[in-house]
Amino acid sequence: MRQVIRKWFWAWEFDKEEQWLNDMAAQGKALVSARYCTYEFEDSAPGEYAVRLEMLEHAPDSSQGQQYIAFVEETGAEYIGKVMKWVYFRKKTADGPFELHGDNATRIKHLGGIIRLLKPLMALNVGVGVYNLCIGIGLNSVVNVLCACMSAAVAWLLYKGVVKLNEKKQRLEKEAQLFE
Amino acid sequence: MGTINTALTEAVYYILLSLMEPLHGYGIMQNVEELSGGRLHLAAGTLYGAISTMQEKGWITALDGAADSRKKEYVITDIGREVLRAEYARLKELVENGRAVLEKEETGV
Repeated sequence: MRQVIRKWFWAWEFDKEEQWLNDMAAQGKALVSARYCTYEFEDSAPGEYAVRLEMLEHAPDSSQGQQYIAFVEETGAEYIGKVMKWVYFRKKTADGPFELHGDNATRIKHLGGIIRLLKPLMALNVGVGVYNLCIGIGLNSVVNVLCACMSAAVAWLLYKGVVKLNEKKQRLEKEAQLFE
Repeated sequence: MGTINTALTEAVYYILLSLMEPLHGYGIMQNVEELSGGRLHLAAGTLYGAISTMQEKGWITALDGAADSRKKEYVITDIGREVLRAEYARLKELVENGRAVLEKEETGV
């Protein structure tokens, strides 16, 4: 039986998202498709699959993205789908461990890529917020002031996300001085 | 040439060892696991990144496969062999120095 669940995760919560998808797989709900905030599951044996997700450097539809997806599939994993630059894979647990980033260097690179994506979005929201605030004050427009508040809230959330990811990246960088 | 004076990662060392014979991605993963007695399991993303970088450096090369084959095979190059031998010598030095110091401590001599 198929089951659709709508759930929202921020980009910096990908660990939490991955954990949730694996918890579902452990309960016998294997991921079959992933779209914006929408996950589809099918019944499977509990723990039959392990799920991994990652943000690619290139768009999943680009030749580099397709090459990478084909490479991961070649290792026995199944490509489930994409949401923007994020791709989802699953692999049968009976076929051995499934990791996409097994060492600190690639984990650090992955986190760096997400941070580089979030920073311009944060700057854009600050810019839009300031612009709307100026217009709102100048024209006495409540709508613009409200838009400015919304942009500020999104920018603040993105800032918190970037801080969280940076802390994680720094922890890994410290560890990388001692271990691979 | 891409000669090195720093340590290779464990993954790169084992990938180079594996590519003394042509292998595709999954074959490399299996071979590394076998060589390391099941201790080291390469993550797909790590392997992909390492293969791309080693190709850029000329340590390994992709073989021309069958046109209908999606699986690309890779093999070590002469530069790769040189890098591998240099790393082997470095690792031997590490082990010999470790042995000299630790055995001295154990025997109290």
